[in-house]
Amino acid sequence: MTLWLMAGLLFTPLAWAVLTLLLDFSKGRVVTWLGILVQVLVSLGLWAAVASDGEFLYLLGGWQAPMGIELRVDGLAVTFVLLTALVAAACGWHASIYLDPDKPWNRYFWPLFWFLWAGLNAVWLGGDLFNVYVGLELISLAAVGLVALGGQADALRAAIRYLMAALLGSLAYLLGVALIYGQFGTLSLAGVTDLVSNGGAQSNLTFPLILMLLGLALKTALFPMHGWLPPAHGIAKSPVSALLSALVVKASFYIAARLWLDLGGDLGGYALAQLIGVLGSLAVIWGSWLAFRQAKLKQVVAYSSVAQIGYLFLLFPLTWGVTDAISQQAQQGITLQVVSHALAKAAMFLAAGNLIMSVGSNRVDALAGVSRFLPFSLFSFGLAGVSLMGLPPTGGFAAKWLLLQASLASGQWWWLGVLLAGGLLSAAYVFRVYRASFIEATDTDQFYHPSRSLEVIPMILALLSLGLGLVAEPVLSVMSLPFEGAGS
Amino acid sequence: MNLSVLMPVFALMTSLLASVVLFALPEKGHRLRTIINLAAAILKIALVGVMIWGVAQGCKYEAAFTMLPGVEFVLRADALSMLFAGLSALLWLLTTIYAVGYLEDSPNRSRFFGFFSLCVASTMGIALAGNLFTFFLFYEMLTLSTYPLVVHRGTTKALRAGRNYIIYTLTGGAVLLFAIAWLHGLVGDLRFQEGGYFSDIAPSMRGPLAIIFVLMMVGLGVKAALVPFHGWLPQAMVAPAPVSALLHAVAVVKAGAFGIIRVVFEIYGLEAAKDMGLLAGLSVVAAFTIIYGSTRALYQVDLKRRLAFSTVSQVSYIVLGLCLLGPVGVAGGLVHLVHQGIMKITLFFCAGNYAETLGVHRIDELDGAGKRMPGTSVAFTLGAFGMIGAPPLAGFITKWTMGSGALAVGMDWVVAVLVISSLLNAAYFLPILHRLWFAEQCEPWPHERRWGRLETSAWLLWPPLITAALMLVAGLIANLPFSPLSWAELIVAREVAL
Repeated sequence: MTLWLMAGLLFTPLAWAVLTLLLDFSKGRVVTWLGILVQVLVSLGLWAAVASDGEFLYLLGGWQAPMGIELRVDGLAVTFVLLTALVAAACGWHASIYLDPDKPWNRYFWPLFWFLWAGLNAVWLGGDLFNVYVGLELISLAAVGLVALGGQADALRAAIRYLMAALLGSLAYLLGVALIYGQFGTLSLAGVTDLVSNGGAQSNLTFPLILMLLGLALKTALFPMHGWLPPAHGIAKSPVSALLSALVVKASFYIAARLWLDLGGDLGGYALAQLIGVLGSLAVIWGSWLAFRQAKLKQVVAYSSVAQIGYLFLLFPLTWGVTDAISQQAQQGITLQVVSHALAKAAMFLAAGNLIMSVGSNRVDALAGVSRFLPFSLFSFGLAGVSLMGLPPTGGFAAKWLLLQASLASGQWWWLGVLLAGGLLSAAYVFRVYRASFIEATDTDQFYHPSRSLEVIPMILALLSLGLGLVAEPVLSVMSLPFEGAGS
Repeated sequence: MNLSVLMPVFALMTSLLASVVLFALPEKGHRLRTIINLAAAILKIALVGVMIWGVAQGCKYEAAFTMLPGVEFVLRADALSMLFAGLSALLWLLTTIYAVGYLEDSPNRSRFFGFFSLCVASTMGIALAGNLFTFFLFYEMLTLSTYPLVVHRGTTKALRAGRNYIIYTLTGGAVLLFAIAWLHGLVGDLRFQEGGYFSDIAPSMRGPLAIIFVLMMVGLGVKAALVPFHGWLPQAMVAPAPVSALLHAVAVVKAGAFGIIRVVFEIYGLEAAKDMGLLAGLSVVAAFTIIYGSTRALYQVDLKRRLAFSTVSQVSYIVLGLCLLGPVGVAGGLVHLVHQGIMKITLFFCAGNYAETLGVHRIDELDGAGKRMPGTSVAFTLGAFGMIGAPPLAGFITKWTMGSGALAVGMDWVVAVLVISSLLNAAYFLPILHRLWFAEQCEPWPHERRWGRLETSAWLLWPPLITAALMLVAGLIANLPFSPLSWAELIVAREVAL
């Protein structure tokens, strides 16, 4: 059963991508709605299956390691699968109303959307380094295509820049994979982990690990390699920005985290872990500051992504050389941060899209009067902002709490400052938007009112992000289900 | 699920659900909005009333679930929470009535009442929180839900006040979170417990615990407006009058003071806090704040601003009372939580009435207002005398109890502080009373509105009259059961075996 669900998660999006390629926008929309329904149900099914039976490993087509395609699912993977289904469903639904069916290029949104989804599921469920790479490339290409969808010069420029960064990152990752393959003759992550921990390595493998992490960090837009992200996320259509910020950058981070948790203990070092943590902290501070300085609303949200991604890299120092309990706490905190940021950021981009559509301008100071005219979307934006600030009772707060505890318990108290200052800085840029919207304006007559469905979708996402803090315990209990069958 | 679990949840939910419904209502549904507001407020008073009765009989109301690994969300009704919950439920009803009248014909009422209810829900959550984690949850929710109320008018001045408010309170919140997380890392999840936890703590723990205590006092002191963290409060008075009333009497400053009480009594324990020498420092800060606030109030020409500095001073009575280390003095501090609320809300209601009816904001414009608005002015006079500490009003009970408590434990200097503060109170309130009643009106009112026979709208007139009466009653029946003072003594009897 679990096998069929996993196969469904990989092959339905691919089938749908091909199918929608043949259809025009409106027909593609109907087909997509159906596909979204299937995907959400299958994801829920897989989540329930893992919650009751635990992890699962499958060798596709019966090929054995080292060459075969290996699928594996554990609590972490299925959490991300479900998250992807929720966010992608919301963005797909939003896009089906938001995008203009009369623009000829918009019909390509659907195939790209489905290729992206297929790539994401491949990364979450992949068990070997090469297939994960294929998934990652699929994601990058689909994402670049989505950014370029608008067709204007700005969008194309941002897309090209994004493409360059993504390819460079992939190249570094692939080089690392090749070096590891040359050493061990296997690409299965579990197999490599086994060999490394049994002392099977003949030469120093730290270099390939660093190379892979570097490539992935570039794709995740870790400071100071974040330059490509804000233009791309800022210029894309709102549902696309939401997908990119919520899910795409998380894919490369997910691989980096898996590599680190499996291999980092043996191949990494204190200095490397701390360095990555420091870069993450700088991303938090610098990204928040730049977000505060932006004049355009979507740029504020995009730079906020740079900052929020910075928190994720605290995983590296907080899981290196610490006890299992602390490592577990840090992993839980980071996972919650990924999930709550994905939900909140998607909500924020979609709500920002509505606000921009309403006032007809991308500027923050054009928002005057919007609190009276479009309170519902503003409220969604606000709730998402509360989660980004890490204030209770949101998922962002639960994540911050766990990370605070992990920092204290591991004696790395310096991350406390980052976590607390980061929260205050994000409050600065979020409240700047509130402030602009509370100014009373007289010319709200020219405002355009988006349809009710467009307003409801970000609210649902924002409420999920808020509620995550209240139900964090059951979510974490599934997420922490370990992958015990590794390598056996 | 029995009733004892559900009661605190219901008490919280009344205003939380009301808030959701109010947000959803169309802007034009004024009558329905008022009905929902009042119904929710009355229901909440009933629920809290039942719980107060139950707690007096020794019932336990508690609801808890695990939120994060090792962290629980706890709602609980005990004697101390009922002191705050009772005050907030009662004043919510009155402030809602007042706000309905005050905001008549003004825009954005849907947003206002939505956040207003959310603010009260946070206050209720703070009162009912059963551990520091839950307390912090609602403490931050309060910050967020009051911001839209402070900037409600959308003017430059309001936005600036809102920005300062947010900077102060969020920074304070971050410091508090740091302290709570640290404490949690040291000793785990602590539910509030009568008598506290640290009475026989290992000497090696004393250093970190003392630092955590200071951090907590800083974090909570921002909301309680302890000097030097009081800067946001006088600015925040640009908010509409019902908001100022709520901010100064129940919601924000009281949340800080209430948090300090919880930490001192039910985490550290009064004895342990004294032994570690933590209360001595706190009492000096509180005493300084009392004098400083009153002195600054003397120089204010804007009525609401003078009242705001008076709040800075008065809230610290509560903190100073805790440091008195004797059952009598502590009861005096606790009872002031309620007394200050009733008195200050009266004064802010009256200030709002002068502004709404006559357009008067400055004290020197008040000449002769007593003749034009006798009801409001009587309420204001009672409030002012209460603040000064004239018997038999509520403020007198506070000062008398605190004074005799201080003498009983040999802290004579506190009596001096009380006397000086009372003199200063008189110095800044009596001139206002003189203008109200004895000065002749020489200029026309800046912006007069008329409401038929009454001096002002009935919605605006009744709340201050009721709170003024309550203040008188609280003073007169101080020795009967269920009066604020007897309740405070009940808490002290349960909390401390001094």
